[in-house]
Amino acid sequence: MGAAWIPLALSLKVALWATAINLVLGVAVAFGLSRWRSPARDVVDAVLTLPLVLPPTVLGYYLLVLLGRRGRVGAWLHELGVDLVFTWQGAVIAATLVAFPLVHKAARAAFEAVDPQLESAARVLGLREAAVFFRVSLPLAARGITAGVLLAFARALGEFGATLMIAGNLPGRTQTLSVAIYTAVQAGDDRSAALMVAVTSVTCVAVLLLAGRLAPDPVRRMRP
Amino acid sequence: MQLRSLLALCLLAGPGLASAADLTVSAASSLTDAFRAVGTAYETTHPGTHVVLNVAASDVLLRQIANGAPADVFASADQTAMDKAVAAGAIDVATRRDFASNRLVLIVPKDASVHVGSTADLRQPAVKRVAYGDPASVPVGRYTQAALQQQGLWEAVSAKGVLAQNVRQSLDYVARGEVDAGFVFATDATVMKDRVNVVATVPTPRPIRYPIAVVAGTAHAADAASFSAFVQSADGRRILASFGFQAP
Repeated sequence: MGAAWIPLALSLKVALWATAINLVLGVAVAFGLSRWRSPARDVVDAVLTLPLVLPPTVLGYYLLVLLGRRGRVGAWLHELGVDLVFTWQGAVIAATLVAFPLVHKAARAAFEAVDPQLESAARVLGLREAAVFFRVSLPLAARGITAGVLLAFARALGEFGATLMIAGNLPGRTQTLSVAIYTAVQAGDDRSAALMVAVTSVTCVAVLLLAGRLAPDPVRRMRP
Repeated sequence: MQLRSLLALCLLAGPGLASAADLTVSAASSLTDAFRAVGTAYETTHPGTHVVLNVAASDVLLRQIANGAPADVFASADQTAMDKAVAAGAIDVATRRDFASNRLVLIVPKDASVHVGSTADLRQPAVKRVAYGDPASVPVGRYTQAALQQQGLWEAVSAKGVLAQNVRQSLDYVARGEVDAGFVFATDATVMKDRVNVVATVPTPRPIRYPIAVVAGTAHAADAASFSAFVQSADGRRILASFGFQAP
């Protein structure tokens, strides 16, 4: 039984970090884009949505070439003593990248649905831009953002392809639940695989139930 | 209208389903290049037969066959995988033969920053990561584990281990410089000799011999036996030797 908890704990750690990063990054970028008026906006939006449609192996390859010891960024980081390949931080980067569009898309739609008149009213009442964002725009968009964040968490928890390529398969260090299941099946260890599959399924159901409790209407409507 | 015909073309083009004359050969990853050449040579002497090569770690192939994958021939990189196939009733035991042998080598990236000249050097603190196949499913990993256990180095090296899904992944990790050293077969190191250096041949407690067998219950038993015979023939041996494999 113990064998399943280590990969589960690691998967949760990776998914929580990826979700936290995406919450800040996704919301910031979505807010920026929703207020940006430029023909280049659609192009930027398309590039940011790419991780949703590209195969994870393609993303993993990009990351490996970029962040590997001989990659452009990786060689520079290596000089500084930072290695990302075969580390759990590498797994966080992979999970963040694949889940980013889910937060970004949901948050952007939520910000665009905010009535501009409410924001204008806040300004007229003397609020500064930062206060308008935190006290008007963000609370009004919170429902949509929450829905996106929960989906991103689930996606990060299940990330496999890009993670395997950049973080490798190091038991106890980078072997997340998905990778551990893959390894167990390859080794013909059906007992461990079945146990971990059950743990994953139960965890995902728990996350969905929690999502239904926490998130207001938009997510509730997604429940069966 | 053009769009519709393009769509139809996309749906119909490309390789179709396996036809009657397809011979599916499930071969260990280390045989990738050699068996591609063997397959081509076999096709020229047996017109009408198309050799379909399926490569992966030996245990992965075994799992596929044991679960009913339509393979006709199974060639593994060690006896353990073939023994498992026998236990699972996946192969025709009477057709089992050793057809090649190989050596285990320690390799390092060409421009390695850490000096590794022998397996004992892997104990140095400067050596952070060592790649080898997962001993649970990859033969080269089992050979590595047995060899290092014999030398009393397994504890020290496995603490730095990066488990690969097959031998070619270990090779790739070393070639990219993501690990400081790795264990592969001598024949694999040759494939990327411009990117990796062989620093030592590692003696293994059991000799590295490759067995081949016809899959039990295959619909192409005669063709499969004929392919297996070709691999062991003088022509087959010559092709294998050109990729560095030795006689069994």
